[in-house]
Amino acid sequence: MAGRTLYDKLWDSHLVTQRDDGSALIYIDRHLLHEVTSPQAFEGLSLAGRTPWRLAANLATVDHNVPTENQSAGVSAIEDPTSRLQVQTLDENCDAFRVTQFKMGDPRAGIVHVIGPEQGATLPGMTVVCGDSHTATHGAFGALAHGIGTSEVEHVLATQCLVAKKMKNMRVTVTGPLGFGVTAKDVILAIIGQIGTAGGTGCAIEFAGEGIQSLSMEGRMTVCNMAIEAGARVGLVAVDEKTIEYVKGRPYSPQGADWDRAVEAWTDLVSDSDAKFDHEVVVDGTVIEPQVSWGTNPEMVTGISGHVPNPKAIDDPIDRGAIERALKYMGLEADQPIESIRLDRVFIGSCTNSRIEDLREAAKVVDGKRVADSVIQAMIVPGSGLVKEQAEKEGLDVIFREAGFEWRDPGCSMCLAMNADRLGPGEHCASTSNRNFEGRQGAGGRTHLVSPAMAAAAAIAGHFVDVREWL
Amino acid sequence: MQQFVKETGLVVPLDRSNVDTDQIIPKQYLKSIKRTGFGVNLFDDWRYLDPGEPGMDHATRRLNPDFVLNDSRFSGASILLARDNFGCGSSREHAPWAILEYGFKAVIAPSYADIFFNNSFKNGLLPVVLAESEVDTLFALATAETPIEITVDLESQTVTGPEGFSASFDIDPFRKTCLLEGLDEIGLSLKDADSIKAYEAKRAVDAPWLFRD
Repeated sequence: MAGRTLYDKLWDSHLVTQRDDGSALIYIDRHLLHEVTSPQAFEGLSLAGRTPWRLAANLATVDHNVPTENQSAGVSAIEDPTSRLQVQTLDENCDAFRVTQFKMGDPRAGIVHVIGPEQGATLPGMTVVCGDSHTATHGAFGALAHGIGTSEVEHVLATQCLVAKKMKNMRVTVTGPLGFGVTAKDVILAIIGQIGTAGGTGCAIEFAGEGIQSLSMEGRMTVCNMAIEAGARVGLVAVDEKTIEYVKGRPYSPQGADWDRAVEAWTDLVSDSDAKFDHEVVVDGTVIEPQVSWGTNPEMVTGISGHVPNPKAIDDPIDRGAIERALKYMGLEADQPIESIRLDRVFIGSCTNSRIEDLREAAKVVDGKRVADSVIQAMIVPGSGLVKEQAEKEGLDVIFREAGFEWRDPGCSMCLAMNADRLGPGEHCASTSNRNFEGRQGAGGRTHLVSPAMAAAAAIAGHFVDVREWL
Repeated sequence: MQQFVKETGLVVPLDRSNVDTDQIIPKQYLKSIKRTGFGVNLFDDWRYLDPGEPGMDHATRRLNPDFVLNDSRFSGASILLARDNFGCGSSREHAPWAILEYGFKAVIAPSYADIFFNNSFKNGLLPVVLAESEVDTLFALATAETPIEITVDLESQTVTGPEGFSASFDIDPFRKTCLLEGLDEIGLSLKDADSIKAYEAKRAVDAPWLFRD
């Protein structure tokens, strides 16, 4: 038998039934829910008189709409009435259907893709879905994880399965070693810059090679998180000792004899050496430098030593038009050096970069320095209540506050600006989030995607700088 | 689910690639807990000149005269013509909800983002994939002075239009059946309830740590 990829193995072990028409039913081990994409699903379930197939597979939290200030005041204190109603609706649905939920203010609450791994609710070998495209994050654990729409949220609640068709296998091998001061965020932005925003469409991408293996679990989550920005619903990394070490002892992790059996099973969660991939891409990890996006989608990115492109140099009329439109929206000049881009706000947070290591990296850069006077606001939004607690134990909050950063409560915050945290029209933001789409962080806002260290350095300098010179 | 069998209608040419879901329906409208009310905010940032918020009277907002959806020649259109990677970005199903509620029944593009593509089928919106050259031809036809009407026929898997335009498209057989018959996918899956239970029983033996409920 030909070797199987990691994705093949995960698919095979979750196949409930293969239908004649090519579709299949796939079993879902973990379903994560949040307030934005679930209300219509719960409503559909009620209207049809259905109940959740397997309650214990579900875990819910509120993250997109929650304020990042004064969460202890409770849901009733959320100022925006539509946000408040959506958060209340999840509370009511979880209570009515008896779904486990970490409510706002619970220290275990936070961004859904941060808390899953943090709780051990995401385990190697699982299928994990959530009504959010960044569910790809959980693939860092050798889990088959992807985002779904609201109809599928309802489908998973009702059946514990999804109707699926097998994706293609793609492997992105990042050679190593990575250069000094180069982070997981730089790696994934460089990958997207190389393969494009649709480079992985229809595929499950396995990230491999020394450049990936050398990353911590948190770094691998950052990489898998943005697989969707390369068009792939699924990002994967093979299981190794780091995976198992990370999972060990978490609240939802297996224990005792279960743990030993699980670890034995998980060691097989790697692609066989003779496995065939439909697409193979090699990225030279040794030449990646800190990345900064200059345009309005994540493939519009370059290294810190680079320049904004000149549309006149582009032959394809559609690509040229897209760059011209992006430069106009971003208020940038062709050929402008990246280092000359000045920032109005800095946002460190989001499901891409709000874990403890991200905050440590940023704190190391800002320690003893001050946010530039020209920067209106620099904010740190931890990914969960537990990340916040840990950072405070380490004194990171003091470093940030003394440098002039705002230290906030957990949530999605300015990544998509559904709560009060947002950019004003025309403002440039160094952001550790995942999407630089027009208006994503606020109508007219101009997002530059960077790593936490790069965002921190930009906050201090007031413009982009090569953080490697600061380390 | 809403059926899709055949649609004949005016075509709106949206000539840009990588149209993301934040453009299709901006996040402030995702705070709604309903499935309806999104059509008026489809392409909100491009369609209106003033910033939009939920609860506004959108009929009184200033329209962007340069945006194709506001061109009166295309009023009543039911087919959206787009470029590569349409619907990239988030998993929000509000995107197909908004497109449908505006009045579109089908989208035609050379490629789509996976989640958007999948979400469309669940709601009776047909995302047709045509070759780049066929899409180019349709853009040339649709951007001429007089708007064009075309027919998307799911049964025969064809798109036909003026000047002898004719193209065929592929579609997954399961999705085709669901669309043609307007089937309830959950109901269909629940017919396999015994298979699901059998899978769980076997899996609980092989991987018991996943079933410590």
